[in-house]
Amino acid sequence: MPKITYIEHNGTEHVVDAEVGMTVMEAAIKNKVPGIEAECGGACSCATCHVYVTDSWRKTTGEPEEMEEDMLDFAFDVRESSRLSCQIRVTDELDGLVVHVPEKQF
Amino acid sequence: MASEQSSAPQNGQSGEIETHVVIVGAGPVALFAVFELGLVDIECHLIDILDKPGGQCAELYPEKPIYDIPGLPVVSGQELTDRLMEQIEPFGPTFHFNQRVDQLERLKDGRFRLITDTGQAFVAKVVVIAAGGGSFTPKRPPLQGIEAFEGQSVFYSVRRIEDFRDRNIVIAGGGDSALDWTHALAPVAASLGLVHRRDKFRASPDSVNRMLKSVEAGDMEFVLGQVTGLQGEGGKLRSLTIRDNNGEETERPCDCLLPFFGLTMKLGPVADWGLNLHENLIPVDTEKFETSEKAIFAIGDINTYPGKLKLILSGFHEAALMAQQAHAYVHPGEKLLFQYTTSSSSLQKKLGVK
Repeated sequence: MPKITYIEHNGTEHVVDAEVGMTVMEAAIKNKVPGIEAECGGACSCATCHVYVTDSWRKTTGEPEEMEEDMLDFAFDVRESSRLSCQIRVTDELDGLVVHVPEKQF
Repeated sequence: MASEQSSAPQNGQSGEIETHVVIVGAGPVALFAVFELGLVDIECHLIDILDKPGGQCAELYPEKPIYDIPGLPVVSGQELTDRLMEQIEPFGPTFHFNQRVDQLERLKDGRFRLITDTGQAFVAKVVVIAAGGGSFTPKRPPLQGIEAFEGQSVFYSVRRIEDFRDRNIVIAGGGDSALDWTHALAPVAASLGLVHRRDKFRASPDSVNRMLKSVEAGDMEFVLGQVTGLQGEGGKLRSLTIRDNNGEETERPCDCLLPFFGLTMKLGPVADWGLNLHENLIPVDTEKFETSEKAIFAIGDINTYPGKLKLILSGFHEAALMAQQAHAYVHPGEKLLFQYTTSSSSLQKKLGVK
């Protein structure tokens, strides 16, 4: 199973096993990673599962599609590496992925 | 179907509305409650903070498919809402949108008085709380010290345009609300800036073009970037820190900030109504779905009981059982006969199919 590391704003790391096919948001919620709220449950309509993808992984995770980019307007402190984790699907290629969780989702 | 769209009080303080049941919320479970209550001759008024029925279904995922509604292998949030609206039409519920129930108190005669944030009062024999994840409220940007400026310098909505005359306004965001208020406030503001993280907008092209024309005409400014800090004292904002997309920070004089970053769900005033709460949910029994207070029911995502599943279909079941007990309060002494819609001519008459 691919492993994903979530780093909280305070530096705390959470390494979780994610199933291929689930989203990076679902893997976080299932493992109770703090700071990922996912209020809408993965419908790309709340921007409360915002993460920063580590630079070395950005090519593999890809760029946000238009709907996600639009929804990122509703997130806080958006950067080039910003993604909504409900829109990143876990694949074998993402084994070792590292994402940072913002200080607050809102 | 009667509908009161405006956020202004229709009848003022004196225009109290008397009804059998007030339903707090207008999501799918609230809508189906109208059906179940209607079958047992109970009339309803529904109050919702959103400007439309459907709750999360309409606000968060109108186009997303739902796969676990019995009998509908796939249905979108909006279609489910539309179908429920069609299903309850025979019962003529009255909707009060853009309002939040702020106060709930029990009267001496056992009924309840509810007052909304626009001052509209209701008196009802039964209250059904079907408020889902709570009321949708504007997101508060996590900027250091923002709370201290709220109400004086930071606003999440505009009630009176005149209150913003001659102020140095910054609107943050790139959606329809941000752009709509940009247009509305430009004529009265001393200065107006729209701060957004990119030069694309999640708004109608018309609205965007209008904003760009105002910028060209010098009526307002568009600033590419994000607000990262607030400066001021005693609730009075003096300036904002704005970070551009290269990470450079600049300070911009501003005495009025309007952030528009969408909505989030907060339990809100329900917490102050004297009900027992457990982790922001309302415990109920599983026979009547009644709260710790007699004649106040809670159904759908906002309630909790052993084995609770936050599914729309669970909420439908809860609505049906709630209606049986509500009947006892609304029509005391009247015997309730269990009937099927398939075969009961009296139910079919109520539904307008006979």
